[in-house]
Amino acid sequence: MTVASPNDFQESLQPQGWLRYFSFSLDHKVIGLQYLVTGFLFYFIGGALAGVIRAELASPISDFVSRETYNEVLTLHGTVMIFLWIVPVVNGAFGNYLIPFYVGARDMAFPRLNAVAFWMIPPAGILLIGSYFITGAAQSGWTAYPPLSITTPALGQVVWIVSVLLLGGSSIFGGINFIATVLKLRRPGLKLMQLPMYCWAMLGTSILVVLSTPVLAGTLLLLSFDIVAHTGFFNPALGGNVVVYQHLFWFYSHPAVYIMVLPAFGLVSEILPIHARKPLFGYTTMVYSILAIVVLGLVVWAHHMFTSGTPPWMRLFFTIATSFIAVPTGIKFFNWLATLWGGKLALNSAMLFSCAFIVNFVFGGITGVALAQVPFDIHVHDTYFVVGHFHYIVYGGTVFVIFASVYHWYPKFTGRMLNEDLGRLHFLLTFIGFNLCFAPQHWLGLNGMPRRVAEYDPSFTTLNQISSVGALLMAVSSLPFLYNVIVSAFRGQVAGDNPWNALTPEWLTSSPPPVENWVGEAPLVQHPYGYGVDEDTLSVQAATGRDLWSGAGRR
Amino acid sequence: MTSLATSSSATAAEATAAEDHGGHADLRLFGLATFLVADGMTFAGFFAAYLTFRAVNPLPAGSTYELELLLPSINTMLLLVSSYTFHRSGRNLLLGRMGPCRNWLLLTAALGAAFLAGQMVEYFTLPFGLTDNLFASTFYALTGFHGLHVTLGVICILLVWVQTRNGGRVTSADPFGLEAAELYWHFVDGIWVVLYGILYLL
Repeated sequence: MTVASPNDFQESLQPQGWLRYFSFSLDHKVIGLQYLVTGFLFYFIGGALAGVIRAELASPISDFVSRETYNEVLTLHGTVMIFLWIVPVVNGAFGNYLIPFYVGARDMAFPRLNAVAFWMIPPAGILLIGSYFITGAAQSGWTAYPPLSITTPALGQVVWIVSVLLLGGSSIFGGINFIATVLKLRRPGLKLMQLPMYCWAMLGTSILVVLSTPVLAGTLLLLSFDIVAHTGFFNPALGGNVVVYQHLFWFYSHPAVYIMVLPAFGLVSEILPIHARKPLFGYTTMVYSILAIVVLGLVVWAHHMFTSGTPPWMRLFFTIATSFIAVPTGIKFFNWLATLWGGKLALNSAMLFSCAFIVNFVFGGITGVALAQVPFDIHVHDTYFVVGHFHYIVYGGTVFVIFASVYHWYPKFTGRMLNEDLGRLHFLLTFIGFNLCFAPQHWLGLNGMPRRVAEYDPSFTTLNQISSVGALLMAVSSLPFLYNVIVSAFRGQVAGDNPWNALTPEWLTSSPPPVENWVGEAPLVQHPYGYGVDEDTLSVQAATGRDLWSGAGRR
Repeated sequence: MTSLATSSSATAAEATAAEDHGGHADLRLFGLATFLVADGMTFAGFFAAYLTFRAVNPLPAGSTYELELLLPSINTMLLLVSSYTFHRSGRNLLLGRMGPCRNWLLLTAALGAAFLAGQMVEYFTLPFGLTDNLFASTFYALTGFHGLHVTLGVICILLVWVQTRNGGRVTSADPFGLEAAELYWHFVDGIWVVLYGILYLL
């Protein structure tokens, strides 16, 4: 299905070729790749910062950098990785690239707002990174808890707030766009329950973004008043209340975890069926689990605050609510396992990363349920156990899926395949390095090593050094990846339009796609996961609507 | 494989919709409404913070939550009336009566400006400043953030007023600019009613 380039669609005033990636382009595919490449730049910056942290922690005394620098580095690492890497990439990059295809549209609902949302990211990133060199960066961690954030050097903290406000604004604009696109821009004849799962994941994520990000923005405004105008909202010395900050902060920042993992759930739901040649198991339950996670995700925030003097009823409520989230999440995991079960698995790089995601995330999920229990949480609060848990979720979970997605959609982006051998090497190094780096941190935390401190008890040295070796492996693992994505863009094997024989709509056009996504009408894909099912069965099932447990995997 | 998943059969209406790629339904009001939900959540965060402060943080001796009621009550009436005048303006636009539409718009902007003036008078006559105590800070933050919204609203109304002139882009055939400003204005009014309730009456 080779499609000629539709020159008649292209606007002559828009930059062409590679230049458009540096322009205020309104094309969702260009914006998606802008998000992706910008995100990867910040990933390597954040990775270098993590390298500084692990180098410092290779020995028990503070010898590699000064303590203030260590604080700045850990603050920047957290902020860069969350707000400039994971959220923009897993939402902005893949969301912008894929959602219009999935709903059968030419572009997002608000293309100009989309471009504005992307172009808020580079200035925010430059502000944040630049603050380290010019004024000294913020030192209070990515949580910016007062009174720490009020008493550490003010200038860096204010720059941090401005930067996060910009990124939050970008995220909200993106969320508005996704909600409008998924709900209102579907191709005629395409029903909600026929959408690929990533659409549902992005709808749920965007609802969380729109409801919770503004609360963080308001909170940071109040915090900036405390710093600049010396009000006392969160300053106990002036009659303020630090716990209110924590509540408002986690009202955003717990849903933020779902803003980071729900899209990853969606992406993995696209990748697994294609490479297992089986329909996605339990489509309907997948949709309702996403919606359940959205609702529950908004009412679990105080499990981050069990040691902040929370009253017993609050502890009880938030423990129960948090434990409940394991149910919809577990449903999704069993569905993925059932999708793989008996499938004709192609264990290529995309699939390896996806399967490793299942392993890593289950481990992070189990420690998450453990952390929801008050007695255990009080024991390990603010220790390396939390650091280990969190990285199993966001790195072992989301970042593995981002890599899987790059291997999976690279042929769509460029028209060329990535090298499989290099991909498998990348996977092996990443998987070993990741587990070596973060698994020991659970033991460290259980034995009482506090997080965010540059020095530690010498008895923790060995495990910390193992962790640092793991970090080094992760750094090395990015070399074959970088070489692969750069060289394959020019010399990779030509992919053809649909190298995976996929049924989802983005593959039913040329690779890379034309400016208007399809020449002519968008295809009506009512069975995006109809693998291994013959055509007659499909149409019968579509007519009777009783195929929940059968081949087509959907009602 | 492809034929299995796709169906190229389409009704005439679908084909027309697909040809005109920019021609999907106008989603701008939907987008604005979604944004206002987000904006409302910012206020909700502020309200939650204020109510929590009030419940658990005692004020220093001698300070009080009492505020003068007359001026803010007049201000509330001004905003409520301005919602009505904006509504009248929108009705007139849809009926194509541009003269009354523009007059009602101007009246709405004037009411908004009067509200802001009243707010200023209140600020200058209050016995406390921004940093005096937690209640004072919260009071100025909440009313200030709302006042910022009113200011933006008045500017939007004046912009719409300019665009409703003869040959402007807001017409009864394309009323989006006015409808968007009106939706925003009603939202700002609604926020004020809640704010008035918890700040002044509670």
